[in-house]
Amino acid sequence: MAFTLATSLPGIHSAAVEKGELVVRTVRDQLLPLMTLLRDDPRYRFEQLMDLCGVDFPGREERFEVVYNLLSVFHNHRIRVIVTTDETTPVPSVHHLWPCATWWERECYDLFGVLFSGQPDLRRILTDIGFEGFPLRKDFPLTGYEEVRYDVELRKVVKEPVSLTQDFRDFDFVSPWEGMLTLPGDEKAHEVRQGIKRSRG
Amino acid sequence: MTDMKQPRAVDVEETFLRNDIPESLLTEQKLQETERRTVEIDSHALNFGPQHPSAHGVLRLVLEMEGEVVARAVPHIGLLHRGTEKLIEYKTYHKALPYFDRLDYVSPMCEEQAFALATEKLLGIDIPERAKWLRVMFAEITRILNHILNITAMGLDCGAVTPALWGYEEREKLLEFYEAASGARFHANYFRPGGVARDIPAELEDRIGAWAKEFPAWIDDLEGLLTENRIWKQRTVGIGIFTTEQALAWGFSGPCLRASGVPWDLRRSQPYDNYHKVDFKVPVTRQGDCYDRYLVRMEEMRESVKIIEQCLAQIQPGDVKVQDPKFTPPRRADMKRSMEALIHHFKLFSEGYHVPPGATYTAVESPKGEFGVYLVADGSNRPYRCKIRPTGFSHLQAIDELSRRAMLADMVAVIGSLDLVFGEVDR
Repeated sequence: MAFTLATSLPGIHSAAVEKGELVVRTVRDQLLPLMTLLRDDPRYRFEQLMDLCGVDFPGREERFEVVYNLLSVFHNHRIRVIVTTDETTPVPSVHHLWPCATWWERECYDLFGVLFSGQPDLRRILTDIGFEGFPLRKDFPLTGYEEVRYDVELRKVVKEPVSLTQDFRDFDFVSPWEGMLTLPGDEKAHEVRQGIKRSRG
Repeated sequence: MTDMKQPRAVDVEETFLRNDIPESLLTEQKLQETERRTVEIDSHALNFGPQHPSAHGVLRLVLEMEGEVVARAVPHIGLLHRGTEKLIEYKTYHKALPYFDRLDYVSPMCEEQAFALATEKLLGIDIPERAKWLRVMFAEITRILNHILNITAMGLDCGAVTPALWGYEEREKLLEFYEAASGARFHANYFRPGGVARDIPAELEDRIGAWAKEFPAWIDDLEGLLTENRIWKQRTVGIGIFTTEQALAWGFSGPCLRASGVPWDLRRSQPYDNYHKVDFKVPVTRQGDCYDRYLVRMEEMRESVKIIEQCLAQIQPGDVKVQDPKFTPPRRADMKRSMEALIHHFKLFSEGYHVPPGATYTAVESPKGEFGVYLVADGSNRPYRCKIRPTGFSHLQAIDELSRRAMLADMVAVIGSLDLVFGEVDR
């Protein structure tokens, strides 16, 4: 199936089985033809869009991956379709193929700021009213920027910048002897060990 | 003129039987005869929740009403959003697990199972046989816990108080099993990547066995209260109908999908842990209304009891965790004697284990439907991304379509039958 998919449509970067799961990477322009094929072709028949989510890789040129997990109840198989995008380029919406995509796309927009073209209802969904920023991006701090509390005198909920009573602690437990490949004084022993590894590998 | 007004015998009978025929089906002559009145119906918006007891949590549903009829239902969610996915990115795999109890707090262990299976898949480890049986058994106990609460709460919403009172008593027995196994009644933190937290106490298998013998009689009692109950049927039959095509397109899963006539169960079709070694039926109904969703859940409880009995029959003494010190904490006694065990213990609870790079979408059949975890690992000791695929999210999204032109009172039955828990919808 991976092979037929890879050869059937242009613009598919790769189609492979990774850890027992079929993964297809494609380009944004080819997303809609591919998805329509996957849903309607009797060989695939992916009736259900189970999940749509974003993943943020800030180091990459196109930092976001949008991941579609499809399920075929008829054939009992799954597929994962991955496209990449950045902050400004929209991904074509699939809400007319699977109506349930609307909320998933809203969620992806809410948490990552990924834009979906053709989505008529691209509002925030999970975060607070008036929330700014995209919380699941890697450059968004865990504590956020604003906190809310109820002000007794003003008799309303007010927003304030986050003030932490204790500094945010992010422990790095990764052992130094794994991070430092060669400890001082160990150079000779280390070379031997590496030599063994090399001969094995 | 007077002849026209004089109704014929057949007509009298017709009007006697049905007087609610829509205008489009009436004949031309009939249309002229019927008396027409123009009534101003005020269209207004109604806030259902977030403090409504039948909203099952913090659902805020804005209903556009035309009199008593729902023209549009717009759910507003996110009131319980806690940023679980972001928090998990800052925790080791070991510490991320308890968050899953707090997602769907009605069926905690099934949620843990999804994360444990996803992590095990990325680690490439296989857990011992006894741990698999324990997982299957407690997943089914969880299923019964969930279904009892859902059915009885839905009954409560529709005016039946007794099932809830009985159900809570029965749930308490199951929660005692939870407590005996994990030490906690709700937030169990029991299924871990690499097995389960600890072995169950010696007498627990017998206690579960004794309970499994009695429980089907309780299901009969519950069915006696609801299944043929006239009020219950009036409130649920034909309400919130979803066809097979609709259910598939809207991403339904679990009992809601099976009620619409799709014989689909992940335990059967994509078995995990030891589900391929147990024999059970997958109940399917055709109508796809609230009553059918109730019937499917009822039947699933009976099947769950059968699975639990099979687990008890096949479970053998043995390890409940992988015997690899990199994933499993050492025994307390070993730590007192062995330096290595002490180091492993320290590194496991501070640094945790490293998961090789890769991604997986692993789904389990939670009591509500497909609960999935899309886990991306980058080789470090923390998940790079952990997307949680909640079940209720897609069910709730379809509520507008499910309840179109329904009466206001039917909304309660529809919400109850979808089995929503906002811990998982909002995450």
